[in-house]
Amino acid sequence: MAGDFSLWVYLAKTPLLWLTVTLTAYVLADRIAAATGRHPIANPVLITVVLVGSVLAVSGTPYPAYFEGAQFVHFLLGPATVVLAMPLYERRATVMRALVPMLTALAAGAATTLAVVIGLARLLDIPHAVVVSLAPKSVTSGVAMGIAEALGGDPTLTAILVILTGIIGAILVTPMMNALRISDMRARGFAAGLAAHGIGTARAFQVSEVAGTFAGIAMGLNAFLTAILAPLALHLLS
Amino acid sequence: MIASLALILLAQLLGEILARGAGVPIPGPVLGMGLMFVFLLLRDNTRIGLPRYLPRPLTDGTLESTARGLLMNLSLMFVPAGVGVVGRLDLLRAQGIKLALVLVVSTALSLLVTVLVFRAVAARVERGRPDREP
Repeated sequence: MAGDFSLWVYLAKTPLLWLTVTLTAYVLADRIAAATGRHPIANPVLITVVLVGSVLAVSGTPYPAYFEGAQFVHFLLGPATVVLAMPLYERRATVMRALVPMLTALAAGAATTLAVVIGLARLLDIPHAVVVSLAPKSVTSGVAMGIAEALGGDPTLTAILVILTGIIGAILVTPMMNALRISDMRARGFAAGLAAHGIGTARAFQVSEVAGTFAGIAMGLNAFLTAILAPLALHLLS
Repeated sequence: MIASLALILLAQLLGEILARGAGVPIPGPVLGMGLMFVFLLLRDNTRIGLPRYLPRPLTDGTLESTARGLLMNLSLMFVPAGVGVVGRLDLLRAQGIKLALVLVVSTALSLLVTVLVFRAVAARVERGRPDREP
């Protein structure tokens, strides 16, 4: 018993355990998603979060202890944003031709998202601190956390809302676009990246590389525009 | 592989320095993406002849395959922050239905407005242009 305990103390202290749990859960979730033929509901992020969350609950591990190990995976979000330059570069001719529709859709999409989020949250009487954390929820998590923090929100809560938004967007996008009979992969991808940042982008790459490229661009542009618009929208709609 | 990773991290680092140092309101990694794009343009410009001075992995496709490897697993990188939901179950219990409503409605409208505006403007701009992408 004492031996088991010291083993647990050792494992709980190194990044090894939670890094392994995260990667193993993801591989398992990806297998489940593949087994359903990449059905939108079988979102790999959602499945992995449920699996890891269950392990934490059962073992009584506090989140900060988990994050100590998993932060190495979290860190990769930055480099992954940088390498979005590659598909963008390879398809720059296609992208340049679509510049006008992209910028118009960006302005319309970013403004709609902020107005609906803040307006609806006020209508439902959600506390102000939560509304501030909610405002940048369509932006990729690192940036959204920065926006929320600058505005006096709670960055941890923002990260969760951002990821929930991403999962919801990734689940909604394919059935919605099919129902609307939109076959332009540029438009579909752009909408996915704008509304659901990196998780929408990951979903878009599963559907088509053109969609993924446009999703990546939308994610980058929206991070930039929402960083500027969010303080303004909160001020106007408060 | 290491040369590729070093270049990617270098782009991110320069992006962070620009963002924080110069107070640019754009996040560091997004600036890093712009810097990486400029690097690729310069690398493939035959008049400059940059590849002669670069380590091989940056010119022989290794950089591209490293990038593809990262992008293929973008979903994984959201897991650590997503698991944070276990620490906020109290708030979700109190505000869960309202928050779910806001998230679902706003995300659906965001998708809808973006895709419809994109399609409408694209149809207008590209009318009569034969080179439409499929």
